[in-house]
Amino acid sequence: MSWRSLWRRPNAIVGGLLLLVMIGAAIVGVLYTPYDPVANDLATRLKPPSPAHWLGTDEWGRDVLSRLLFGAGVSMTISSFTVLAAVAVGTLLGAAAGYFGGWFERVAMALLDALLAFPSLIMALGMMAVFGPSRTGVIAALTLAYMPSVARVVRGSVLSVREKEYVEASRVMGNSEPFTMFRHVLPNCVAPIIVLATALFGWALLAESALSFLGLGVPPPASSWGGMLSDSRNYVGQAPWLALVPGISISLTLLGINLFGDALRDQFDPRMKNL
Amino acid sequence: MLRYTLHRVALAVPTLLIVAVIVFVLMRAIPGDPAQIMLGDLENPRALAQMRSDLGLDRPVAMQFVIWLKRVFAGDLGNSIAQQRPVLEMLWGAFGVTATLVIPAVAIASLLAIPLGMIAAWKQNTLVDVTVVTAAIVFLSIPSFWLGLIFLLVFGLKLDLLPVVGYVSPLEDFREGIRYLIMPVTALALIETGVLIRMARSSTIEVLRLEYITHARAKGLTETAVALRHALKNAMAPTWTMIGLALGSLLGGAVVTETVFTLPGIGRLLVDSIFARDYPVVQGCLLFITLIYVLVNLAVDLCYPLFDPRVRL
Repeated sequence: MSWRSLWRRPNAIVGGLLLLVMIGAAIVGVLYTPYDPVANDLATRLKPPSPAHWLGTDEWGRDVLSRLLFGAGVSMTISSFTVLAAVAVGTLLGAAAGYFGGWFERVAMALLDALLAFPSLIMALGMMAVFGPSRTGVIAALTLAYMPSVARVVRGSVLSVREKEYVEASRVMGNSEPFTMFRHVLPNCVAPIIVLATALFGWALLAESALSFLGLGVPPPASSWGGMLSDSRNYVGQAPWLALVPGISISLTLLGINLFGDALRDQFDPRMKNL
Repeated sequence: MLRYTLHRVALAVPTLLIVAVIVFVLMRAIPGDPAQIMLGDLENPRALAQMRSDLGLDRPVAMQFVIWLKRVFAGDLGNSIAQQRPVLEMLWGAFGVTATLVIPAVAIASLLAIPLGMIAAWKQNTLVDVTVVTAAIVFLSIPSFWLGLIFLLVFGLKLDLLPVVGYVSPLEDFREGIRYLIMPVTALALIETGVLIRMARSSTIEVLRLEYITHARAKGLTETAVALRHALKNAMAPTWTMIGLALGSLLGGAVVTETVFTLPGIGRLLVDSIFARDYPVVQGCLLFITLIYVLVNLAVDLCYPLFDPRVRL
């Protein structure tokens, strides 16, 4: 594993820069926005971009740039928490299944297969139907949708690592099973987890935008990129910037994640090319 | 072959059973009395008592699940609260719309992506390859709902070429139906093309590295013959799997595309029912979508040896 040679790949540089800009925007959005992202000002409804409002205003006279920055914070936070939770739960479950085997593995895998039988967005929609739209709801629903993929990948790597001599050696030395697992087995499964986590971040971002676009994600008036796109639909003819700005932001972020993810995958795990 | 088929089908049964348990638990997690929810907000104590005993709500939860499952197996998904129609009937109607959107889109995407991906692999690291790969990753990164919105803006509103809202079944009026389908099918197809190009390219590259390709070249076959006779066939298998997966997940509702273009497909039905709190329809959609997804995956697995004879079942 070499992080330095990663930066020789053009897709790592372009993707990394795009991601850096978007993460920067998200951090700015959490700390500071030029206007209050939810304050209505009906005097400045649907104004095109101007020196006062760089990206124009929406149908309530809200500043689009402020909403975009704030939405970046919301989307990135939700995606990050989703990835963290899915990786944490999926790793524990997959590692336990792969390491202990037996009935535990069979039951766990049957459950995970059933969860994977739901297309992930449909799974999330089902959860939102029951619990109603909220930020924590989105994180919980998407975690449940993505955790099984993590568990499957981790279990696969654990199965291949657990037979290695150094794992046997750790046992022979009298180390406990959990110690062997965390000290010797899991660290050798990190590469595929990193690659998958990058892909998951993109999927989570897209899914969060889709849910908010459908009105089942981040509840209004808080801004989210998907919600901004959804609101723009009624005004797309007279105020096209309302549709262009959040759409380009989502696309550029996803492009950054995809480029960077490809570079990571080629660098660390050439076997997972087909994922 | 028969043994493998039976084994594979048998494996799908526990999956579907657990899916049923998940949907059952999810629907019971809705606050309130399930019988009251099924009936809607009617002030009718007798109907409520009838419904409670029909659903077995006076019995243990495990029994309730068995009663519910029996009904589902008999094809009785209940009635929609909002429309007072059988849920199954609504599902079939919506599924038809989704299928007329998704099947042409996936077909177009496959026809575009497979040759492009293979040419890119063939000319690996040339300008052609870089162009194709860049186009693929760009299309992959555009959300379908945004692409749809831009299509509506450009072709619907600015150029006024195509209808913006609504749906006409191409079975009833072919010409008009096609006009309504052009934009959603194109939007969906372009994004799927991005996914499939990458798959076709990477599996072709993998095949081109194998010894029998070197052997075929060493025999003095032309590059075209090597490509068509030896590489193409073997590179197709993983791509077919990917096409199958795309078909399976999209047939369960291209939710956002259907929403942007106001098509009454199954994904739209699910979202509308969630907003209308029409829980029998929500439950029916979840079961139906998952069943389609599992069945299409099963079919893809069973067809695999047709595309790759090296896989013996």
